[in-house]
Amino acid sequence: MNKTLTARLFGPKAWGFLLAFAILALIVVPLLNLAVPGSSPLHVSTYWVTLIGKIMCYAIVALAMDLVWGYTGILSLGHGIFFALGGYGMGMYLMRSIGRDGVYHSDLPDFMVFLNWKELPWYWQGTEHFLYAMLLILLIPGLLALIFGFFAFRSRIKGVYFSIITQAMTYAAMLLFFRNETGFGGNNGFTDFKRILGFSITSPQTRVALFAVTAICLIGALLLGRYIVTSKLGRVLTAIRDAETRVMFSGYNPLPYKLFIWTLSAVICAIAGALYVPQVGIINPSEMGTANSIEIAIWTAVGGRGTLIGPLIGAGIVNGVKSWFTVAFPEYWLYFLGLIFILVTLWMPRGIVGLVGQLRERLRGKETQA
Amino acid sequence: MTLTRTLICKAGLALCLLAGSLLAQARPSPELVMQIATGDNDAKIAALNAIAASADSEARPLLEALRDDNLKSLAGKQAIIYDGETATDAITGAKLAKVPEELDDVVTNNRVTSALEAALAALDITSTDRDTRLQAVKHLQDSPDPAILPLLDKALTTEKDSEIATLLRYTQASAQLHHPDKAVRMAAIKTLGDSGDPEARQLLGGLLEKDGASYKEADGDVRLAAQHAIIAINHHLKLGEILGGLFTGVSLGSILLLAALGLAITYGLMGVINMAHGELIMIGAYTTFVVQNLIRTHAPSLFAYYPLIAIPIAFLVSAAFGALIERLVIRHLYGRPLETLLATWGISLVLIQLVRNIFGAQNVMVENPAWLSGGIQVMSNLILPWNRLAIIAFSILVVAGVALILTRTRLGLFVRAVTQNRQMASCVGVATPRVDTLAFALGSGIAGLAGCALSQVGNVAPDFGQGYIVDSFMVVVLGGVGQLAGTVYAALGLGVLNKLLEGYAGAVLAKIAVLVIIIVFIQKRPQGLFAVKGRFVED
Repeated sequence: MNKTLTARLFGPKAWGFLLAFAILALIVVPLLNLAVPGSSPLHVSTYWVTLIGKIMCYAIVALAMDLVWGYTGILSLGHGIFFALGGYGMGMYLMRSIGRDGVYHSDLPDFMVFLNWKELPWYWQGTEHFLYAMLLILLIPGLLALIFGFFAFRSRIKGVYFSIITQAMTYAAMLLFFRNETGFGGNNGFTDFKRILGFSITSPQTRVALFAVTAICLIGALLLGRYIVTSKLGRVLTAIRDAETRVMFSGYNPLPYKLFIWTLSAVICAIAGALYVPQVGIINPSEMGTANSIEIAIWTAVGGRGTLIGPLIGAGIVNGVKSWFTVAFPEYWLYFLGLIFILVTLWMPRGIVGLVGQLRERLRGKETQA
Repeated sequence: MTLTRTLICKAGLALCLLAGSLLAQARPSPELVMQIATGDNDAKIAALNAIAASADSEARPLLEALRDDNLKSLAGKQAIIYDGETATDAITGAKLAKVPEELDDVVTNNRVTSALEAALAALDITSTDRDTRLQAVKHLQDSPDPAILPLLDKALTTEKDSEIATLLRYTQASAQLHHPDKAVRMAAIKTLGDSGDPEARQLLGGLLEKDGASYKEADGDVRLAAQHAIIAINHHLKLGEILGGLFTGVSLGSILLLAALGLAITYGLMGVINMAHGELIMIGAYTTFVVQNLIRTHAPSLFAYYPLIAIPIAFLVSAAFGALIERLVIRHLYGRPLETLLATWGISLVLIQLVRNIFGAQNVMVENPAWLSGGIQVMSNLILPWNRLAIIAFSILVVAGVALILTRTRLGLFVRAVTQNRQMASCVGVATPRVDTLAFALGSGIAGLAGCALSQVGNVAPDFGQGYIVDSFMVVVLGGVGQLAGTVYAALGLGVLNKLLEGYAGAVLAKIAVLVIIIVFIQKRPQGLFAVKGRFVED
């Protein structure tokens, strides 16, 4: 099933779609935002650029989730931690680049002045260098995932047990980041960013640039995902998902495979978080909340697990509806989200992509009958 | 400061001797009244101490007038009690024909106020009402003044209540610390050493302070005794702290146990992770809230018993919700645990929003009835609140009840059979779908009981169940699946561990440490503390 699905989604048509998306995101939207005057009906406002940029970040996360859940059968309820760690890494750089333009005109970030700290904690050293901060964004979540995954997979924790433990890990991290003493701004997290790489963070040009970078990352993650799941490694991962015990009996040790995909997924998540923060302008511990991490799973499920493209569609639809719903009927958003969870798991186990596939097969069936 | 205090003490002592000789006197002497009304603060305090020592109940109107700012002075010559309507002479008690103009307020400061309160307490100490006496002696204990010693001696001869008598003895001992007789001082220090009271420790510490070159307490033996007494009190306090920590740990453990027990049943039986478990707890709490309101409006006389009435109702309501969830959703997802997890999460979101729409997003007030509020004082620094004790007892009852159901009833037999081997149970004629529904309803009902209990110790809000979900999963994971004993040990162990760590590292770090410990523990024993023994083929 998955082989045909993957082959179809990455047939010539799919490549065409991908190219069209790339042109749209990298050329058309920036032009419509920057070059077309605001009065024109074709103008894409900065609000939309930011919103779509944000949703693309979510889509990257959903893709990362699909790699571990859809292809390897590991449901993480704690991916929020990797997303948030990436965000905090970027946030540290952005806080440092505020320089002396903060409320207190100090070299330290405002919240440290507020807490009466005299100097930067050791783990903040060097974060004013963009490249070092980027390194942190990749290394810290990657190391955490590697260590956590090593212990969890080594003792063969799987299924719901693993899900619950990832949830606990993220919950613990949230509690930790809520503390002022942890040195990441406590409740309020980081906000009031001024500039990134010297460019003003609120200017339309910067916004569009961030948008384009996010789109490139999204396409890159998709291609990387495709490369992995169609490789031999991907076959082993799918086999682990379907029958781990049999894979072991066939002479494979699942540990390195699971560990690789788990860590890779965490790093992709962290990149998404790092792209998310400058566009949204804030990062705080609530990103590590239990609910956020579970929502990631539902994006993936709505679009269709094990399809790579499905999670992107799912993240787009759920978050698109969310940003409309929470403005129009904030009271009913939770009903809607809750029902999506229930209905999708009950009646759409293969998500939207699966549904489309079913429809297509039915149409084809009619054609052959006729 | 200390000089004036000793002066006041001496003045008080002198007046006390004077007043003691006049104990039978009906009204406070004119001199005392005038001192209070017109004297300076030190004079006022001395006079108040004298009244306290005499414990003259006739002085009560005067003291109450001073407390209520009704005592006035007329040109510094006459003391008048003026309550806004009538004016009476404070000395003779005669009513004045007309309210004089230009009454001056009697100004008091904090020291005078505390002396006044002590004097009022001294009057109350002979009251016939037990609670009044108890309050009075507690008050006197805060400011033990040698002046009231005769009064305390007298009260001790008549006091029948052992609690008050003990407090009186401690107060007496505190007041005797500067007694001229060395033997009395030594006895007093010994009494205080047994009291375990942090205040007494401070008083004793005062003896060891240096006043210039010499110690305040000149006698070395007495100082040594005081040191021993302080050590004894410290031991006592330390013991109280440890016991207190243990108690809050057991209390937290019993809460965790209640929250996790239902989860253990549903997870153990069906391998179903019910993320809506917290919301079933929340429904139990809101049911308690509704029962409370209904009883308050319709049958106020039963209000004291409303938690008892709410217990079965909360069980039934949550069980009904649980059965509904099982029938409508979970049933269709057997064999797909990860999907079940997501679907029940969706259910929890819907339930939260539902309750938010019905009851509002704010916390609702669930009151403790009188018999659940307050607590018993076991040691000077250890109070066991009744509601916590009730929850511990309640959780024991619930565990016993669940154990009985599982081991002694037909349903329990079926539940155990299905847990061990679903296919085999089905083959020999157990209606597994029915057992699933009933067991899920049972687990949900226990969540309702947990909600009922939790409403007595914390806030009740639509999303308060989510706060318990991670913790109760940890209990189930740690305890092992399908093992009641494992759940009990894991809950109590986690509760106590959490509270002990809290003492060293603070609440948040303790919680993180516990989570890390669990994750590490799972490495060693992936099946939990009490694994089901046997050989299994994984899925």
